[in-house]
Amino acid sequence: MRLMDLPKNAPAVVVAVHALGEADAIARRLAEIGFVPGEPVEVRAAGPVGREPLMVQVGYTRFALRRSEAARVEVTPVMEVTVAVVDVEARAA
Amino acid sequence: MSEASLPRIALIGNPNSGKTALFNLLTGSRQKVANYAGVTVERKEGRMLGEGGRNYAVLDLPGAYSLTPASLEEAVARDVCRGFYPGEPAPDLLVCVVDATNLRLHLRFVLELKSLGRPMLVALNQMDAARRRGIGIDVAALSRELGLPVVETVAVHGDGAKELIRKVDAMFAAGDIDAQQVLPVQGDLHAEARRLIEASVRMPRRTARIDDALDRWLLHPVFGLLVLAAVMFLMFQAVYAWATPMMDAIEAGTAWLGHAVEQAMPDGPLRSLLVNGIIAGLGGVVVFLPQILILFFFILILEESGYLPRAAFLLDRTMSAAGLSGRSFIPLLSSFACAVPGIMATRSIQDPRDRLATILVAPLMTCSARLPVYALLIAAFIPQRKIWGGLELQGLVLFALYMAGIASALVVSWVMKRWRRDGGEHPLLLELPSYRLPHWRDLMIGLYERAMIFLKRVGGIILAMTVLLWFLLSFPAAPADATMPAIDYSFAGRIGHAMTAIFAPLGFNWQICIALIPAMAAREVVVSSLATVYALSAANDDAASQALMPLIQHDWSLATALSLLVWFIYAPQCLSTLATIKRETGSWKQTAFATVYLFALAYGASFITYQVAKALGAG
Repeated sequence: MRLMDLPKNAPAVVVAVHALGEADAIARRLAEIGFVPGEPVEVRAAGPVGREPLMVQVGYTRFALRRSEAARVEVTPVMEVTVAVVDVEARAA
Repeated sequence: MSEASLPRIALIGNPNSGKTALFNLLTGSRQKVANYAGVTVERKEGRMLGEGGRNYAVLDLPGAYSLTPASLEEAVARDVCRGFYPGEPAPDLLVCVVDATNLRLHLRFVLELKSLGRPMLVALNQMDAARRRGIGIDVAALSRELGLPVVETVAVHGDGAKELIRKVDAMFAAGDIDAQQVLPVQGDLHAEARRLIEASVRMPRRTARIDDALDRWLLHPVFGLLVLAAVMFLMFQAVYAWATPMMDAIEAGTAWLGHAVEQAMPDGPLRSLLVNGIIAGLGGVVVFLPQILILFFFILILEESGYLPRAAFLLDRTMSAAGLSGRSFIPLLSSFACAVPGIMATRSIQDPRDRLATILVAPLMTCSARLPVYALLIAAFIPQRKIWGGLELQGLVLFALYMAGIASALVVSWVMKRWRRDGGEHPLLLELPSYRLPHWRDLMIGLYERAMIFLKRVGGIILAMTVLLWFLLSFPAAPADATMPAIDYSFAGRIGHAMTAIFAPLGFNWQICIALIPAMAAREVVVSSLATVYALSAANDDAASQALMPLIQHDWSLATALSLLVWFIYAPQCLSTLATIKRETGSWKQTAFATVYLFALAYGASFITYQVAKALGAG
């Protein structure tokens, strides 16, 4: 699954960053700022027009990414954690 | 000790690490702001006083995420660190600033910097925020695992850098600096950063609750936009409400000073130079300061608090459709007050192409200096009546003029994006930092810097241009038996008469052409200049406007008036704006491009307006 298709507030981890072409500076930068395999990610918000850009939490940091940038990141949702979060929020409420 | 022989320290770190706040704390007001040789990247250097009285030269390098640069700023940071930048001696010590609440990202960069093999020290900044969030850091363990000295700093506390200064003193005094062995990290930097965090950091949760809560509201598709609109509304209300009285006072002060000099000196070219050249020129420079200071006061608060990137987030999609970016919004909005502070505000746009596009279209926003011109022409030529069930025709025309400016800016930036296709994708990749309360020290230093940059770099050009204009308007003097206003005999008058040949197809008569020349100082001057050309004596602009109205109604056709209105939407009629473009782009080529394209647009649009209006019987 690509990061741009990840539902809002669904916890996931990065699987890979896919470069477009030989020297993809954007893919390299994504890896540098923490989009590396195993890193937890989450989409926290989306822009008001066309759900763009996305606010993505990766590691301890939030970044705004356009959809074309987010499309380079492959992620896999983490199910157990979803349950745990819902559980905690339900108890808090 | 001379500047060159001081021990050199460079602050390096990720954007939003609080590096500049730490720099402000270390150096206070002992700062110099300039550009790195040959580029428009800001270079900030200051002096730090050690506890033993030793002085250090501290350089605040541009923020960077990595040593593989994605921007000019990052390339400069890397080259200075490595000692490769022409004219910049290599720093003796790198102080790597990391945000204690954002270690996962920032430690990776520290590890990358180790590959440079230079003496290094890590400043664990914003420890106060980390403690509030319950983040525990075992500094000794981190230092041991990292193989580098680590000190805690709190950039917003007066003595938050004591430990750092002490450590720097110790490193230089004991000669540790040459003995320090910094070895490149073997293996994956991310894996190593994770290992360090596991070994030394205890973190209850990955984000701050307050950030999550604020972002839920401030980035909300509806509520977020409402807040943004309210913030912008308040900001511009304040700019107008606070700046206008100050600007009036400066103008009155300039007039008073000019008058006083006039009284004290005998008539002659020297008095004229002082009063109409130098005093008027200085007044014309200083009058921008209230708007610049108030606007930047708000922009700095928005920037320091972390809200500015959120505003960019909300607007990015809309602005990028027109070839701009979310960050272009505030500079363009500021340009409705005045393009000079607006263009200066483009410094917050990182992408060079987006920044240039924003600078080039900023003059199309209807600045406040156009209003007196629009008011005069609309009052004189547009009948006061209601159309389409209650809409004021005059108000509608004014609205159309504003809209024409905005629409043209969007079209121009869109065309520039198509035309300057560089094949590259211009990423957003914008970090949304934690919210924090701005510190007064950082606001004051930031404001002082903006004011100085404007006065030194732009002020000089504006003053020189004003004196040149004075010369064109004053020489040669009118003969004793002159029957026409003095301006008619001057160089400006002759240029105006010659210009008529070019501007006749736009419907401009020679009086308008002459008045356009002094209006290069500021657009609204065209009103008083027209009064001068029509040999009217008026005490002030309002009186000039009142006296002019019947004259131009009689003398000009509706087509001419419409053509002149359209001219003022586009024309590069403002030397201060052009001076600011030169200063901010550092390029005569871009300045010339802006001038030529604005002139071409103005000429074309006025030509069409005049010819169409004439064909429809308004000539």
